[in-house]
Amino acid sequence: MIEWFTWLQVGVAVLAGVLCLFLGLFGRVPNDLTMGATALVELLLVGQLVVSIAAPFAGNTASGSLLEFYTYLVSALIVPVAAAAWALIERSRWSTVILGGACLAIAVMVYRMFQIWTVQGL
Amino acid sequence: MTGPQSAAENVVDGPQKRRVTGVGRLLIAVYGLLALAATGRSFVQIASKFDQAPLAYSLSALSAVVYIVATIALVRSSGRWYRVAWVTISFELLGVLVVGTLSIVDPALFPHDSVWSVFGSGYLFIPLVLPILGMMWLVRHRPARPQGPARPQGQAGRQASS
Repeated sequence: MIEWFTWLQVGVAVLAGVLCLFLGLFGRVPNDLTMGATALVELLLVGQLVVSIAAPFAGNTASGSLLEFYTYLVSALIVPVAAAAWALIERSRWSTVILGGACLAIAVMVYRMFQIWTVQGL
Repeated sequence: MTGPQSAAENVVDGPQKRRVTGVGRLLIAVYGLLALAATGRSFVQIASKFDQAPLAYSLSALSAVVYIVATIALVRSSGRWYRVAWVTISFELLGVLVVGTLSIVDPALFPHDSVWSVFGSGYLFIPLVLPILGMMWLVRHRPARPQGPARPQGQAGRQASS
């Protein structure tokens, strides 16, 4: 993992999550903005997947369990897609809230992935 | 130009909209996420270090399966699935209470990274809170039964796409 990219990703996911939660609680149905924010989070996750596969070849290896790392990453890749699919099926304000929840969950998961990659213990 | 008028009438998300299932949907989403988390974690545990704590990790896998079934049951939530939802959610509450208590009384019995250890503290206590919210939701969304006195068979009302 590349540290600045990871923090960028966590930052975007938090922003997108707060934005969607806010708009959802104010009664907005999923729109281009909230779906776009979720799509951006997903895009960064795909970027993270590429980085994580490539990084070991540049000497940047994970210090923790790769199995656990990739379980997190694969789960994370599923979450925004599932939330977005839900938002397409059911166009209600709660779908926007769910988009927000999904983005915040991604922020937490990426942070955990960073922990697995860099520091051991816990 | 009659466009704007009819558009104004068709505003999708008016405040008066009668969507009682709204918050319930949120509950289902959190259940889905927890099911995913529990499945992922128990997969890692069983694949990499099952022999370290077979009891705890088997329980982890069992809880993952139960979360998945509970999520499906909440999505369906009619007829037989309603009962399945009660059984699985009760099982979760029992699990988190028993394992949570045991993990504090006798920490050696459960390593600290199972879903229910210390009442689900590794998951922001969501495993403890969620079954209670789930039960509250189930109580309030009982599927219509013929036993009510003045309720003529309203059972087919909510079968949207099953």
